[in-house]
Amino acid sequence: MNQAAELPDVSSLSLDQIDVSDPRLYELDAWRPYFARLREEAPVHYQADSAFGPFWSVTRFDDIVAVDTNHQAFSSEPIILIGDLDEDIPLEMFIAMDPPKHDLQRRAVQAVVAPKNLAEMESLIRSRVVAVLDALPVGETFDWVERVSINLTTQMLATLFDFPFEARHKLTYWSDIAAGSPELTGGDVSHEERMSGMMECLETFTRIWHERKGRQDSFDLISLLQRDPNTADMVDRPMEFLGNIALLIVGGNDTTRNSATGGVLALNQNPAEYDKLRANPGLIPGMVSEIIRWQTPLAHMRRTASADIEFKGQKIRKGDKVIMWYVSGNRDESAIDNADEFIIDRANPRHHISFGFGVHRCMGNRLAEMQLRILWEEIMLRFRQVEVVGEPERVSSNFVRGYKTLPVRLHPL
Amino acid sequence: MPAITLIEFNGESHTIEAENGKSLMQNAIDQGVPGIDADCGGACACGTCHVFVEEAWLASSGEANALEDAMLGIRPDREDNSRLSCQIEVSDALDGMVVRLPEFQM
Repeated sequence: MNQAAELPDVSSLSLDQIDVSDPRLYELDAWRPYFARLREEAPVHYQADSAFGPFWSVTRFDDIVAVDTNHQAFSSEPIILIGDLDEDIPLEMFIAMDPPKHDLQRRAVQAVVAPKNLAEMESLIRSRVVAVLDALPVGETFDWVERVSINLTTQMLATLFDFPFEARHKLTYWSDIAAGSPELTGGDVSHEERMSGMMECLETFTRIWHERKGRQDSFDLISLLQRDPNTADMVDRPMEFLGNIALLIVGGNDTTRNSATGGVLALNQNPAEYDKLRANPGLIPGMVSEIIRWQTPLAHMRRTASADIEFKGQKIRKGDKVIMWYVSGNRDESAIDNADEFIIDRANPRHHISFGFGVHRCMGNRLAEMQLRILWEEIMLRFRQVEVVGEPERVSSNFVRGYKTLPVRLHPL
Repeated sequence: MPAITLIEFNGESHTIEAENGKSLMQNAIDQGVPGIDADCGGACACGTCHVFVEEAWLASSGEANALEDAMLGIRPDREDNSRLSCQIEVSDALDGMVVRLPEFQM
């Protein structure tokens, strides 16, 4: 943890020196006091000189909801990351489109997570969770991220795309690099690696698209895009096709993966909560929402001001970047009691901001909750504790709040 | 205190004595009617208090504004009679209203 010394104590900084885009804040898990100070002293804060250019930070829960639901004033175009669009590979995706185009493209794919499909997926997910958990080595130290979190979410993603199952590790790789460059989010994936990986992703999915064309009986994401008149020719617009594929891969992968890891960590850091869970596994559904809040797998979403606007006393100019820090909104005491604490039986656990609000609200939220619920139901049938036996290694990113590794040891019932 | 009936997807019916001036969502939550999540707490921002308003009550329950219309637009199970119950203000004019709940809120 020597690097932590390089990060200044936030109380030693003037407000204009506070830069919450620094990816080390997340890699070293040092972000809490930074946002606590912004929420208290400068809830709509301007950083004039960051590695990602100047940007506004919106850090309070209610202010984030106000920005998220005002898509006229705060546009999602051209990109929802703090970094600027990579001109070499200018991806287009519906999360980074405003209505009405956004609505048409989202509608084409959201049927995959519609209630009827979810109910059908439940037994498949459970059988996979059981297989993964039963294959784990009891009494040995192993990496929870690789053996459980990545394994399960990648299987799910392969199913949603009807992607060749034996090549599914590619989905994880593309997910990791899609938003992983230093310019976009402070990640450590080089521009060249991202370029070549994204092009491989495009080629692979273009091939799948053409192989699948004309099938009427399938309900995977590619088939849904092909059958909807608004997206039937998407493959002819490579940056739009690739952008939406990347969106669905990251949306269905990084988020649930890191919540599946974060839950283990949170319960180990809060043993009294783990005791509550052991005493009453009926708390699992509420705990899942609490895990998603506590983890906040995506730290931010960006908007861009469509026109000059005064917001909470600040003059935001047309074209300014406006960053909604979900990771901060979820710790806002004015909206959530004891917001820094992990409490699995909260009164109102769904009242969190991890899924965003407004028309871009997470499409797969109920699928994510279902996967995590089943995971914990099956864990509790097998293990007294998933014990964390070392420090987690966190991802360098101001966007994905993720884990590279988490060493654990299982204690059977 | 208008009487409003909410019918769950499984057919179970709940008739509540609703309080005027409060939203239908808040009335349903306060009285423990299952099937309405209301994740955002009534800000017209999440779409998880979705209801289907029976034809006879469509006019008196009012019209969806632009934001509500946009939020309903991201529901895969939207119908012509879809509303967000946090945007329906209860009044005596709604006495006897019947709404149906979707299979899932999402």
